[in-house]
Amino acid sequence: MRFRRETAIALLAHGLALAPLLWLSQAVFAEALGADPVAELTRYSGQAAVIFLLLSLSARPLRMLTQWQWPLRLRRMLGLWAFTWASLHLLVYAVLDLGGYWPQLAEDLLKRPYITVGAIVWLLLLALAATSTKASVRRLGRHWKSLHRLVFVAAPLALAHAIWQEKTGLGDAVWQAPLLAVLLMTRWVAWIDGSRKQRSQ
Amino acid sequence: MKNGLRDVLQAETPEAVYMARRRYLKWLGIATASWSLSACAEQNDAVDIAAGTHVSVDSDPFTAEDPLTRFEDATSYNNFYEFGTGKSDPRRYASQLRTTPWEIEVSGMVEQPHTFSLTELLPVEERVERVYRLRCVEAWSMVIPWIGVPLANVIARCRPTSEARFVSFESLADPNQMPGVRSSALDWPYTEALRMDEAMHPLTLLATGMYRRDLPAQNGAPIRLVVPWKYGFKSIKSIKRIRFTREQPETTWNRMQPSEYGFYANVNPEVDHPRWSQRSERRLAGDGNRAFAPRVPTLPFNGYAAQVAGLYRDMDLRTWF
Repeated sequence: MRFRRETAIALLAHGLALAPLLWLSQAVFAEALGADPVAELTRYSGQAAVIFLLLSLSARPLRMLTQWQWPLRLRRMLGLWAFTWASLHLLVYAVLDLGGYWPQLAEDLLKRPYITVGAIVWLLLLALAATSTKASVRRLGRHWKSLHRLVFVAAPLALAHAIWQEKTGLGDAVWQAPLLAVLLMTRWVAWIDGSRKQRSQ
Repeated sequence: MKNGLRDVLQAETPEAVYMARRRYLKWLGIATASWSLSACAEQNDAVDIAAGTHVSVDSDPFTAEDPLTRFEDATSYNNFYEFGTGKSDPRRYASQLRTTPWEIEVSGMVEQPHTFSLTELLPVEERVERVYRLRCVEAWSMVIPWIGVPLANVIARCRPTSEARFVSFESLADPNQMPGVRSSALDWPYTEALRMDEAMHPLTLLATGMYRRDLPAQNGAPIRLVVPWKYGFKSIKSIKRIRFTREQPETTWNRMQPSEYGFYANVNPEVDHPRWSQRSERRLAGDGNRAFAPRVPTLPFNGYAAQVAGLYRDMDLRTWF
């Protein structure tokens, strides 16, 4: 019974995660993305990466709040979707947008702080995705946990990257930054709590 | 396939009108040819360029050879913060804009301050068609056929005194018609300005129409500036006030972020925006799938260097960006 419910949740989650990607691919060929589809694809893929990152970071707080098991079981998949969208974001920018203008791409990566930060976020997510397998968890032992705490660095940097390119205002970071702050605070409070208990024992 | 004026107009107009326009297009390249736009009379929004008026057509550089932007794209994707900061906000909300009656207040260093009606200031018989590249500071660009009057003609009609060295423009800023004005995204009213010699240059246009129709509200109806060698934010929309001054006036984006947006704002691939490169641009034009349209290199003065570089001969363009 329990197995069947969790399979259903996982399938549902995969379906929900896949839907925007399928919709976006058809929109490119149906020319349904307006006058500047490259800008729209860049925005959409970047936003999707941030949202999956926020979802993956919600798993532990949700577990603490509800005692449900399934959020933690979905966490790896949510993180991998964040990495997938971040990679699509990078591809749209490097190939569809700047394709052929390689010196300009190199210059962007080195000279424009917000693009440098974006590239760092992608490298961090790459490291996490590459070590997301069960075999890696075994091989890295206690280092695995420290390595994967890098997500607490990647997520704020991803939001900084998004805010930095806005001409005025904060864009969607208006709600994403406070949400991220709450998620990180929950972990921090739990961590302080945990270490205090440890000391008193 | 080259998406020229011909193809765009064909897509926009009935066959008979298209054939009439084809004859007209044959005359392109002949300086100041004339053609009756009476065929436009059936378009219910074509009030200004109505029956009997003539549009004279200048030769290159006033008519760029580049493939045109689709009418649909030029009227659905632009910045007009008075209607919101999103690129689709102008089309979504601009129908609330009332453009008739529309008067323009002329003041400052002029012989006699005066409030003009639109047709007083821009007589229909002076209206010309120009196909210009429009380069946004955000590194995308369009190619648009404008209808308008050279600003130099309009300035002559305003009769500035010899003391006037700059001319500034103010947009309408009415929160009742413009939802964006209720927010503080920018300091309202939007203000832009030109040095007098820039304003008098024959390329500088006050536009009242595009694609042979009246200017759609979202593109700055009923009257906007078009300065094709400068970044798009200089080309102020829905102008209500024109003022002549001795000192350089404050301008909206320059005041908001002086390190990123200069007073001159001449298109220059050598001077980057602090946060992004200006070396090349996404050209939103042509008739292929928009997602795979090729990027193009940005040209000094947006390709109008031969006409305007002389205006800045003794200036360091890195300092005066």
